Amino acid sequence: MTTTSERTQAPAHAVARRKTSWNTVLRVVLLLIAAALTLGPVLWTLSTSLRSPSESFKLPPSFFPWNPDFTSYAQVFQQLDMVILVLNSALVTGLIAVGQMVSAAMAGYAFANLKFRGRGALFSIVLATMMVPVQVTIVPVFMLIRGMGLSDTLLALILPAIPTAFGTFLMRQYFLGLPADLAEAAAIDGASPWRTFRSVYAPLAVPGMAIVGILAFNFHWNEFFRPLIMTISEKNFTLPLGLVSLQGNMGTGSISVVLAGVVLSMIPALVVFIFGQRALQAGLTAGTGK
Amino acid sequence: MSTTTRHRAEPAGKVAPPAAHAKAGRHSQPWLAWLFLAPTILGMGMFTLLPIVASVVLAFFRWDIISAPTFVGFDNFAEVVQDPTVRVSFVNTLVFVVVAVALQMGLALGLAIMVQEKLPAWLRTFFRSAFFFPLILSAASVSIFMRYLFNEQFGVVNWLLSLVGIPAVPWLTTSGGSAAVVILVYVWQNFGFSFLLFVGGLASIPVETYEAASLDGATGWRKHLHVTLPLLSPTTLLASVMAIISALQVFDQPYVLTRGGPGDSTRTAVMVIFESAFQRLEFGQASAIGVILTLIIMAITAAQFRLSKRFVFYQ
Repeated sequence: MTTTSERTQAPAHAVARRKTSWNTVLRVVLLLIAAALTLGPVLWTLSTSLRSPSESFKLPPSFFPWNPDFTSYAQVFQQLDMVILVLNSALVTGLIAVGQMVSAAMAGYAFANLKFRGRGALFSIVLATMMVPVQVTIVPVFMLIRGMGLSDTLLALILPAIPTAFGTFLMRQYFLGLPADLAEAAAIDGASPWRTFRSVYAPLAVPGMAIVGILAFNFHWNEFFRPLIMTISEKNFTLPLGLVSLQGNMGTGSISVVLAGVVLSMIPALVVFIFGQRALQAGLTAGTGK
Repeated sequence: MSTTTRHRAEPAGKVAPPAAHAKAGRHSQPWLAWLFLAPTILGMGMFTLLPIVASVVLAFFRWDIISAPTFVGFDNFAEVVQDPTVRVSFVNTLVFVVVAVALQMGLALGLAIMVQEKLPAWLRTFFRSAFFFPLILSAASVSIFMRYLFNEQFGVVNWLLSLVGIPAVPWLTTSGGSAAVVILVYVWQNFGFSFLLFVGGLASIPVETYEAASLDGATGWRKHLHVTLPLLSPTTLLASVMAIISALQVFDQPYVLTRGGPGDSTRTAVMVIFESAFQRLEFGQASAIGVILTLIIMAITAAQFRLSKRFVFYQ
């Protein structure tokens, strides 16, 4: 009786089918409530940022911006050095992402395709560093940065974040997934090991590098703990730090101005996520396709 | 010509099987490998391995960064263990981990099961992206708007509660309320990660297993209890290890939502590391707390993997 079309459906389909549809209705209602609780606070943030500052704390709350008012967006630029904050965040995040992509691709290639003594042991050490939380090493890192004369600079945020164990692991997996006869073909053609990497493997690894870059961008754009410790003067603040200090300064004065800043800070993460999802899928399927 | 190139690195007469040969890489030019590894290995040496060693060494010194460090043996550990603020912050952290991770796993598993059953494809896609969405936001920004939502007088949460006749809850001004807010905000942002892991785990359970179970008369929640949960246990272990390790390091949410207050009620282990190092300039004590936290993380991870050998069902 069971047809093949049912077999291709989601796992529990065959069993769920016999149940009354009330079960499905209840399930969808519960899921909708969960989705509303997940998205509701973000919708409220967006629509409250589009209320006028004097109305922003009035109840009932607004979840949809029927009459958008952009006063708060103008004000957040006056009360915070938004341009500097955005530039700092973009610079720090962008350089970390590029640095991670390049260094992880190189190290991942070495671990996957090159022979050298101690390869296994070294890779285990790299993996082990993933387990050490940044909060535990932050004190010595802070001292090291201070010793290097980089206190309160953007480099203090960038340099320690470039070596990436997870990115190296990801790129190694990625290179192992690429056909190995490519290297043989390149060698037969007389290509040097460097050229084999540069002209054959590196171009194929772009989707994998994109994954590393997207993960790095999303993480470091949102980072709060390290900037809080490493930067002192406001000209070196990143966005999350600037927004938290704005909320601290304003108390509960005008919510909508703070929320306007929060909404602006979400835009790049949102854009990267929308385009990043495609790159993630392309990268993942490219790695497993062959 | 091609034959000589092919086996240049191999001992004469010995031919490795092609697959293994390819995997091990065919070039044995170590200089290129070390060149490629240099940025990562040097960077990790400087910013991870050296700091780990330094952190352990520093835990035995008293140092305020201005005067020279003095060796104090186990004094830092003794002081830290007796310090009421440190003690309460570790207790807070453990309570937070237990409650937040339990909530997160329960929510993620329940929603993953509901999403994976029969559902129109577009609706399934919508729910998946909705539950994943909070993960792309910054914990600091989330805590900023959540602080407004949980405000006692004009917050949306209390307004919603008032609609069903519940009087205003003093969320951020009482110990219990603050702890609840920190947990709720943390779980709100992080359950999506466990949810994704569970969705992946559920997708890998073969349809035939459910067909066999339904032939045996298993339905509804019994089916999930006897089929889904045992088959999902490797995913559950992975998801809970990851959730526990990240919850033990909670900082952003309590820092922005409550600054650890009122009193010490929402102060966490990492907040105490931050405060003793960068506010009180007691770098040795901060390192000692960090070492203790790392040991706890390692012990919990090890314990969980030992437990898994007994309880996890691998196919």
